[in-house]
Amino acid sequence: MRKLLNRSTLCWIALTIGVYAVIAALIHRDIINAYYQITLITIAIDIVLAVSLNLIIGVCGQFSLGHAGFMCIGAYCGAIVTKTMPNLTGLLLGLVVGIVVSALAALVVAIPTLRLKGDYLAIATLGFSEIIRIIVLNLEITNGAAGLTNIPKMTNWTIAYIAIVVSLIIIVNFGRSSSGRACISIREDEIAAEAMGINLTKYKCIAFIIGAALASVAGGLYASYFRVIKPELFNFNKSVDVLIIVVFGGIGSITGSVIAGVLLGLITLALQSFAQVRMILYAVAIVAIMIFRPEGLLGTSEFTFSGLFKRFKKGGVKHVDSNNA
Amino acid sequence: MLQFLQQIINGLSLGSIYALVALGYTMVYGIIKLINFAHGDIYMLGAYIGYICIAYLNLPFSVALIASMVLCALIGVLIEKVAYKPLRHATRIAALITAIGVSYLLQNVTQTVMGSNVRSYPSVLSDAMIEFAGLRISHQQLYIFIITIVLMCALQYIVKFTKMGRAMRAVSVDSDAARLMGINVDRTISITFAIGSALAGAAGIMVGVYYNTINPLMGSVPGLKAFIAAVFGGIGIIPGAMLGGFAIGIIETLVIGYGSSLYKDAVVYAILILILILKPSGLLGKNRKEKV
Repeated sequence: MRKLLNRSTLCWIALTIGVYAVIAALIHRDIINAYYQITLITIAIDIVLAVSLNLIIGVCGQFSLGHAGFMCIGAYCGAIVTKTMPNLTGLLLGLVVGIVVSALAALVVAIPTLRLKGDYLAIATLGFSEIIRIIVLNLEITNGAAGLTNIPKMTNWTIAYIAIVVSLIIIVNFGRSSSGRACISIREDEIAAEAMGINLTKYKCIAFIIGAALASVAGGLYASYFRVIKPELFNFNKSVDVLIIVVFGGIGSITGSVIAGVLLGLITLALQSFAQVRMILYAVAIVAIMIFRPEGLLGTSEFTFSGLFKRFKKGGVKHVDSNNA
Repeated sequence: MLQFLQQIINGLSLGSIYALVALGYTMVYGIIKLINFAHGDIYMLGAYIGYICIAYLNLPFSVALIASMVLCALIGVLIEKVAYKPLRHATRIAALITAIGVSYLLQNVTQTVMGSNVRSYPSVLSDAMIEFAGLRISHQQLYIFIITIVLMCALQYIVKFTKMGRAMRAVSVDSDAARLMGINVDRTISITFAIGSALAGAAGIMVGVYYNTINPLMGSVPGLKAFIAAVFGGIGIIPGAMLGGFAIGIIETLVIGYGSSLYKDAVVYAILILILILKPSGLLGKNRKEKV
């Protein structure tokens, strides 16, 4: 048995605390002022969305275009609960309610649709997420098209960072568990996986539900940071925005999603005054990436400290091992 | 009963639009197994090209219709050559993501060039009504219906009785075998895109005239519904797309007429999911077993 506290785990803990402390210090010194904090929190929320979508698309190979629907559920559950209970407990409770509701919704979506393959699945999930949005648009508790306003602001850098770390831990560990390996085998070849005795529906559902639950957390955080939510925020374009991050980073690479989330957030900040140009650039970039580098920035490789150590030891071995961390 | 028939008439004109767009989806899917997400935006471009022809160049409707069909066909071929052709042997997901990218590109370029505001379409067709046994049919509806039927007949003729149509059918069955028989597969695919895009362009200009407003994002929802229509009838099957288009149009107007217009989109998506689960090959499709 490996020791839990080996060198690479310690490195990860140090990195995690280090990143948090540096940014918290920058916020404290007001170098990252209120204006830049919007970008910071947006990046954090995008990272949670992207890694959770990457679990569904990259690890399990199920192409979902309905991520915004689950984010929508999380945002509305979070908003409704925190409005009646404006404190930290309320936020946590709201997130939990969001997780439960979106997990149930994901189960309802998953069982029938995950029998479909590839592009059919994409369209079906897109349809489901639009249905979720239309239901939200017509409910009384969600205040229809006007949406909810004056949601208590609770999300800050600490909470957003905890969300990123927890979702990364969940997804990375899931990817290396036996369920995760089952999902990867489904991604590689469904028929072969089924022949090896893997219950396709079960593992697809698990991946889909975990992804949906994390997306709803991102939605809850969004609601309690931006304080205003409307159904139109969670339309097809939101799903595509998340998909863009996953594709840029590399489908199947969690590290890639994190890096792409940060990079795209910074690009958005830099091109703030040229919003239209940015969208055109993104669109051209998607097409160009698919033609010239379909694997994205990192392909399916991951950054790990153990891989880094190995590389130092052997002096320039090219491959990064993703199985040991 | 009278109201029901009136709804059916309204549904037929809406359905004509969906059917024309659905034909493009189904032909492209039949031949290269790609859901061309950008197809809805070509329909939007058709509406804008028609708008420019009528409002700025003062051309009559018939010339504008032909201009927008020709230009949309060219744009469709260009998109196929630049974006989809390099991905002919890539995974279907990669092709789908590319199509989403192209769709984004068309929307945003149009927004930049023409502005993102809603524009009102010049009224070129008379909106007089014909009263017939208590039913009201506008001239516009009649025009839309007639133009759709003519285009569909033309398409059927091309696909069934011309050499190119035979090539298209051959490529959709087995592109490798078609190539071995001396068919120019690339050219056939380009022509399929051209025909599909021309039909979408015609639908775009007609919807502009019918609803009086256009905007750069008008293509995405009707595009999706047209795709649903194609799936409903059996994707890859040309009569299926026509049937599906009319069916979705009629269902939508019935939901507006008898239920709530707020739920019209939800009902269409629900139909899609039901079809995908119960009969994924569509109403006119045959089930095919997957081979290893």
